[in-house]
Amino acid sequence: MSVVDRPIASPVSPEADSYPTHHFLNHSKGFLSWALTLDHKRIGLMYLVGVMSSFALGGLFALMIRIHLWNFKDGWLSNQTYNQVFTLHGAIMVFLFIIPSVPAALGNFLLPIMLGTKDVAFPRLNLGSFYLWVTGLVLFLTALSVTGLDTGWTFYTPYSIETSQGGAVLAATFGVFVLGFSSIFTGLNFIVTINTMRPPGMTWFRMPLFLWAVYATSIIQVLATPVLGITVLLLSAERLLGIGIFDPKLNGDPVTFQHFFWFYSHPAVYIMILPAMGIISELMSVHCHKGIFGYRMIAYSSIAIALFGFLVWGHHMFTSGMADVTAVVFSALTFTVSIPSAIKVFNWLGTMYQGTVSLNTPMLYALAFIFLFTIGGLTGLPLGALSTDMHFHDTYFVVAHFHYVMMGGTLVAFLGGVFHWWPKMTGRMFNDKLGMVSAIIVFIGFNMTFLPQFVLGSRGMPRRYATYLPEFQPLHQLSTIGSLTLGAGLFLALVVLLLSLVNGKKAPRNPWGGATLEWMCSSPPPHDNFSSAPTVGDPYDFSDIEYDGRVGSYVKRS
Amino acid sequence: MTAIQETHSTTDHHHGDDHHHDHPSWLAHHFDDAEQQYDSGKLGMWLFLVTEVLFFSGMFCAYALYRNRNPEVFEFCSSFLNEKLGAINTGVLLFSSLTMAWAVRAAQLRQHQLLVGMLGATLGCAAIFLGVKSVEYSHKWELGLLPGKFYVAQLEGHHGPHKGYLEMLCAVPALITFLLAAYAVYAWATKSIFHQRVAGPLLTAGICFFGGVLLGQFLEAQEEASKSHGGHHEHHAVVEGHVDHDSHEHAAASDTHTHDHGASAVPEVSPAVAMGGSPDVYVASEEVNTPKAEVNQRSMAGLFFSIYYCMTGVHAIHILGGMLVISWLIIKAAREEFHEQYFGPVDNVGLYWHLVDFIWIYLFPLLYLIT
Amino acid sequence: MAHTNAHAENAHTDSHDVHHGHGSSHGDHHGFSHPMPIWMLLSVFFALLFLTGLTVFQAQFDLGNAEIWMSLIIATIKAGLVILFFMHLLWDKPLNAIVILGSLIFVALFLGFTLMDAEGYRENLIFKSTITESQPGYKDPATLAAEEAAAATGK
Repeated sequence: MSVVDRPIASPVSPEADSYPTHHFLNHSKGFLSWALTLDHKRIGLMYLVGVMSSFALGGLFALMIRIHLWNFKDGWLSNQTYNQVFTLHGAIMVFLFIIPSVPAALGNFLLPIMLGTKDVAFPRLNLGSFYLWVTGLVLFLTALSVTGLDTGWTFYTPYSIETSQGGAVLAATFGVFVLGFSSIFTGLNFIVTINTMRPPGMTWFRMPLFLWAVYATSIIQVLATPVLGITVLLLSAERLLGIGIFDPKLNGDPVTFQHFFWFYSHPAVYIMILPAMGIISELMSVHCHKGIFGYRMIAYSSIAIALFGFLVWGHHMFTSGMADVTAVVFSALTFTVSIPSAIKVFNWLGTMYQGTVSLNTPMLYALAFIFLFTIGGLTGLPLGALSTDMHFHDTYFVVAHFHYVMMGGTLVAFLGGVFHWWPKMTGRMFNDKLGMVSAIIVFIGFNMTFLPQFVLGSRGMPRRYATYLPEFQPLHQLSTIGSLTLGAGLFLALVVLLLSLVNGKKAPRNPWGGATLEWMCSSPPPHDNFSSAPTVGDPYDFSDIEYDGRVGSYVKRS
Repeated sequence: MTAIQETHSTTDHHHGDDHHHDHPSWLAHHFDDAEQQYDSGKLGMWLFLVTEVLFFSGMFCAYALYRNRNPEVFEFCSSFLNEKLGAINTGVLLFSSLTMAWAVRAAQLRQHQLLVGMLGATLGCAAIFLGVKSVEYSHKWELGLLPGKFYVAQLEGHHGPHKGYLEMLCAVPALITFLLAAYAVYAWATKSIFHQRVAGPLLTAGICFFGGVLLGQFLEAQEEASKSHGGHHEHHAVVEGHVDHDSHEHAAASDTHTHDHGASAVPEVSPAVAMGGSPDVYVASEEVNTPKAEVNQRSMAGLFFSIYYCMTGVHAIHILGGMLVISWLIIKAAREEFHEQYFGPVDNVGLYWHLVDFIWIYLFPLLYLIT
Repeated sequence: MAHTNAHAENAHTDSHDVHHGHGSSHGDHHGFSHPMPIWMLLSVFFALLFLTGLTVFQAQFDLGNAEIWMSLIIATIKAGLVILFFMHLLWDKPLNAIVILGSLIFVALFLGFTLMDAEGYRENLIFKSTITESQPGYKDPATLAAEEAAAATGK
């Protein structure tokens, strides 16, 4: 193990293992102390509450969709309402939940502590990002209440220009604009923090892989999101002023809109998955009590995914009327992007091999991730191949693919991360058995929901349709039962977490035996994270960490 | 573990690792030293500039797409943009970049008065730019060259009555300047050095706006005088109330504008004629699918002007934002807050300002200088 | 009034009176601050003015397609001067340069692919006139169709 030669007393001492009397949660009291906080940990928690609430709202819409699709016609929603429900489901999930979820909620909380510093580089900007997110939420809720947003979350022209639900479209696009800036400023903050605020001894390759993942994500956020900003700005101008850039009636070009939109929205999916992969790297190594396999390859592959992800956006547009040459180029490039992801999956499996696996809630979610993300990733290949995509585009095959990667991937990893770091954030242990039950129900429910959709799609069921042919009904009904199961599992997970706040055991400093810096401070951490610069060691060296039954925690062997 | 209070002492303790003590007020508590704070701020601003570059790139992409598709439209419409005003605006912004860079130097050298002066000069240049821009915009709107669905193809013989667009644009600046004048009076009355230092540059900037308006009016009138055409209906915005029939200058202007550009030949079209009412302005084309339609209609020229207004409009909004931030800097500079260990805000606002100039450096030739 | 300057730990041991407006050097004696010399500021400014004049001048001549490239090249030289000198990138940490140059690569990517694609499908586009009835030059659909057919057979 390499230890930086700075003569600092390790903050690990017997007293530090007792539950702290002063920590960031009780450092100051009152509404304003939270509303105007500059503490990254509090901001992270506020984000956590916000994104989980958004997830619940978006999930509600999802259940409405699935219940409507129980019958092949005459579902409980009108066609127009159905269009609005799937639009809102997508928009809320993408912009309010998934994109901010890991970076803003977990990243904000963990980044400075894992790095060994007191706060992010720009704490006020951080708070600003949070309020921008809240503003975006308000705008989306406005769009909801005005009703009528029926364009799909992708806002394709010319329909988004012509649809009579003008107020809703403008509110939603403005909401997207504001949320974009929330995302940009978070990414900006993280890049600067990691670049300029690493303490002595924290070299690039001593950083935990979660930070590499968040760094790569931040690069994408800073580069891609502005293009989304200008796209929705031009779309609003199109609606308000009729500028004609995207409107074929005025010799504008709807395919141009798609180019603009997907230049952001494809890298956006890497914003969604990269931090989740970072979580899995942490979960795997800690719960297998084994150093991560191939640290550098995982670090490099994170950056590679971020960069390659900018080269492939055209694969969302193969049937739009784009030119053949560019379609072929995009298809070929799409295949390259799968390689770094595959490298990561191999490395995680390599980490598990000959490790001592602790089967607990976070580990179960991590295992679920491997299985589900692999399916999601593999089904991306027939979508990237031009010939097959011609048939799969806009069918349920696509819907199943992206739910496997976004939900089976990001959401599952997010949940695993929330459970993993819950003791650190709240100072409470949750009921692990019930947590594992939730993971199993989520896994079963998820597969029951989305596996049939691959079959549906390949048999020709189009997406975003409120009614369908009777032959598809059995598979749809199976999917709906699955979605209800999935909902129950997620609800159970929420109950487990909330119950821990009421009657959970007080958490020790290092309940899982991690070696990264966040496990060196108390649970919950003190207001300033570290009173003196921490000793930076190997983040994946577990050789000197063992469980001490006396204090009920893992400790460093002294 | 209790949080250690930070003190505001200005003496220095060389602690090894204690980051809480003796942070001067200009050094944020989460930074270790001034250089780390400076480096962080600078990197943060460069990253923000990256987002601005990507933001504008969307509009440059739209520009490239449509110019590529309809080059004749762009050539036709560019003649409505006053090159002289564009060139002057370019010069004004370049000068403002100079004064901004000089301001950074002044901050680093503790030249407090010079700093306020340079920031004020930058602000003044920005105001002149916006003044000239207001004239450009209002002049076009008087001609009916409005964005998008408000575009009115001017095929009548003459433009309508004066619609007062310039007055509308000047209303808010006038109000602001008036309030600033009141503030200046207050500052001199109370003899507060600080308020005087702030009021002076701000009021000057307000006045510079109207200087820009006057300059723009003057040059616009000159341009029209040279373009006006005896015998045809002309309907250029007649600002001074009369039309100058200087046919010699017009002939020279129309020669430049009626150039044959090879494959897609535009038949002799001078702006006056096209605006004046001959409807048969068709784009002769060799290709089957090029639009065989009038250039001067909403989907053609209107598209150019939409792009023009989007690009210059968003740019102008950034200038406004920059002016607000520079005003904030003036307030801090008037309090003599900057020195060689703390000049990051001036430097970083400077970076932002140079980017605004950088974008205009590209906008000018792409919009104004198409022949 | 001016603060007394609290030096950061391990930092430079400047005294407080080294800063009397020397313009001539931007070396290290102010720590991380590098005041630009006045002659450099002015030279860059006049170079920029000259290049602007050049741009306007060359626009008067018809160089055909080369004209836009000429304008863009001159604009890029101007932009380079602003970035390297006014924005101080020549003396900055390399990371800042990587950041801004990297972004330009992504802009090129975005524009490049989109323009390439638009070129590729342009021949598939069908344009229609959008003049409405009340405007001079209006042609009803029948006339338009006849004209297009005539043009198509004429090629």
